[in-house]
Amino acid sequence: MSAPVMEPPQADAAPAITGAAVRPADRNFRFLTTWSGILVLVILATIAAFLIWKSIPSLTTDSENPLTYEAWAPDADPPAWGMSVLIFGTLWTSVIAMVIAVPIGIGTALFIAFYAPPRLATGLGFFVDLLAAVPSIIFGLWGLYNFMPQVVPFSEWLATYLGWIPIFANEQELYTKSIMIAGIVLAIMILPTVSAISREVFLQVPKGHIEASLALGATRWEMVRMAVFPFSRPGMISAAMLGLGRALGETIAVALILSAVFEINWQITEPGGNSVAANIALKWGEAGANGRSALIATGLVLFFITLAVNMTARWIVNRRKEFSGAN
Amino acid sequence: MSTPHVSSGTVVLTASGSGAGGPEGPGDGTYDFDPERLTGSVLPRYAIWVSAAIGVAVGLVVRFTGITLIGLADWVMAVLAFFIVFTTWTLLVEGRRHAVDRLATTAIYAAAVAALVPLFWILITVVVKGLSVMSWSFLTETMRNVNPRAEGGGVAHAIVGTLEQVAIAAAIAVPIGILSAVYLVEYGRGHLARAISFFVDVMTGIPSIVAGMFIYTFWILTLGFPTSGLAAGLALSILMIPVVVRATEEILKIVPNELREGALALGVPKYKVIIRIVLPTAISGIITGVMLAVARVTGETAPLLLTTFLAQDMNWNPFSGNQASLPVFIWDQIQRGTSASLDRAWGGAFVLILIVMIFYAGARILAAIYAPKKV
Repeated sequence: MSAPVMEPPQADAAPAITGAAVRPADRNFRFLTTWSGILVLVILATIAAFLIWKSIPSLTTDSENPLTYEAWAPDADPPAWGMSVLIFGTLWTSVIAMVIAVPIGIGTALFIAFYAPPRLATGLGFFVDLLAAVPSIIFGLWGLYNFMPQVVPFSEWLATYLGWIPIFANEQELYTKSIMIAGIVLAIMILPTVSAISREVFLQVPKGHIEASLALGATRWEMVRMAVFPFSRPGMISAAMLGLGRALGETIAVALILSAVFEINWQITEPGGNSVAANIALKWGEAGANGRSALIATGLVLFFITLAVNMTARWIVNRRKEFSGAN
Repeated sequence: MSTPHVSSGTVVLTASGSGAGGPEGPGDGTYDFDPERLTGSVLPRYAIWVSAAIGVAVGLVVRFTGITLIGLADWVMAVLAFFIVFTTWTLLVEGRRHAVDRLATTAIYAAAVAALVPLFWILITVVVKGLSVMSWSFLTETMRNVNPRAEGGGVAHAIVGTLEQVAIAAAIAVPIGILSAVYLVEYGRGHLARAISFFVDVMTGIPSIVAGMFIYTFWILTLGFPTSGLAAGLALSILMIPVVVRATEEILKIVPNELREGALALGVPKYKVIIRIVLPTAISGIITGVMLAVARVTGETAPLLLTTFLAQDMNWNPFSGNQASLPVFIWDQIQRGTSASLDRAWGGAFVLILIVMIFYAGARILAAIYAPKKV
């Protein structure tokens, strides 16, 4: 992990050769950089602390169970709100995004790493990264006005021919602003994350494994399946999880595309749904003091969910790094 | 870049030798054991084009006759026909393993195309719709005294707000980020360094709305400051720090150790080695990383909604009063829902994407200018 950097000779080890024990400037600089690093930990801890602190008022005054109640009226008297709908919507849109983005992202990464001619691979990698630079508000704008009309026929097709599967059923016969459309847009947004990290782990696969499998007569796909995938499976899992982390926290695109309905809705082709982040963006302006505190409570839950997902993903990646002989 | 690139030439299965049947065993039975040839029978080169032509033909038939299977669209039928014809053909000529291989190859090519379609779709849409709105007045006027549902007005106030807020974020995040990276690479050992490195990675995944929420609870609720461009910049800096740390760390790691060792051996104090030798060597990578981080936070909307609300008027001062920004401007114009406001939203989107792309291109150009001389 860390590059082996030669330490300066310790002053006490050779007092005759060096001058002052420790140069003050050296000590100060080290102090400065160390505290910058510690600041990162402090910020994360402070985020958790402040979100917990500021969500306590609404949590203690809630007349219903804040985790399970399926309505949102934190500024009413008595306040009655719960976040089950929001958490469900967040997870459900993210699952759809994952189902689409993980195969395509890994496919793109495979293309860049093993299939494309080198020059094309570099260009494609650049364009996929560029997708990550498109602001989420633009995804929302495009998703709402350009993409959605194109997806509606597909939603209709799903509901007509696969409507017997409960999640595709559509009794409202309305197909816009659905969880599926939000999920597809999320998939596009997390594609660069999934693709970039998968590509990174694919490039770490020992060249010897790849060449050996090809030399033994494997087809290219067999090489990928037998030499690349076993080596990079943990990396691919964490790529998917980091994508998931992004999808869970995505706010603006979801807020624009989903028609905010406060109910648990499994049917992905019907309009309506909600997510923690989108709900915060939509309700923040009009919320009173207790309403904001309740929104902070939902944000706190989102923070912990994404923290758990990201920590797991990073843990898998780091563990892999230590064991692999690639670096 | 050392891409382990596999030659795109056909990988052949040698069928010579007694009982050699490849990993799948001799069961395929499709290899002819002609001693002059090393490969089994291979699909003719024109096969892919013939299959594609059949696919197109099927698509055209579906389009003009309307006959289709379970309501599938013409292009879906065309793609399906191509896949079925091509895979079956391979299966018959080359055997199962090669059929699977070609199917996988086609799917992977399709995935790469599918990944690019949205990017170009979005960019072209934004450019076409945005350019039709662009005018000098759109860029220089604000929304002051403009009915937000009617025509007119511009984004000048939002451009100023975005640039100032991002500048504040960068002014905070860049020093902290670079110093943290220096700590991780040059000093960090043991548990603390490992924890910081780990949580920097975790921090990259914080939802942007949570960052905004934190600044709201900390800066506005607890410390009692009003909403302002500064609060927005603080929220953006939280998103920016981990990106800067990670980018700088990666680049510091590849600074050759010989440079450090040489300087230290000459008796240069370590802090001076870092400031005068290590950082200048890595400057191009650091600048690129910073620019990419800036590009990333420029488009953030969610934290701004919580930390500086809407402003329709020009506010040059980020330290007092609400300040507009391009993402929030677009958000607001979409909410208004009239065709005039939607036009402005597309115009704002065009300006925003232009700024992001300038940062992106700038990162590349600066990286090229400051690229380290070959060591």
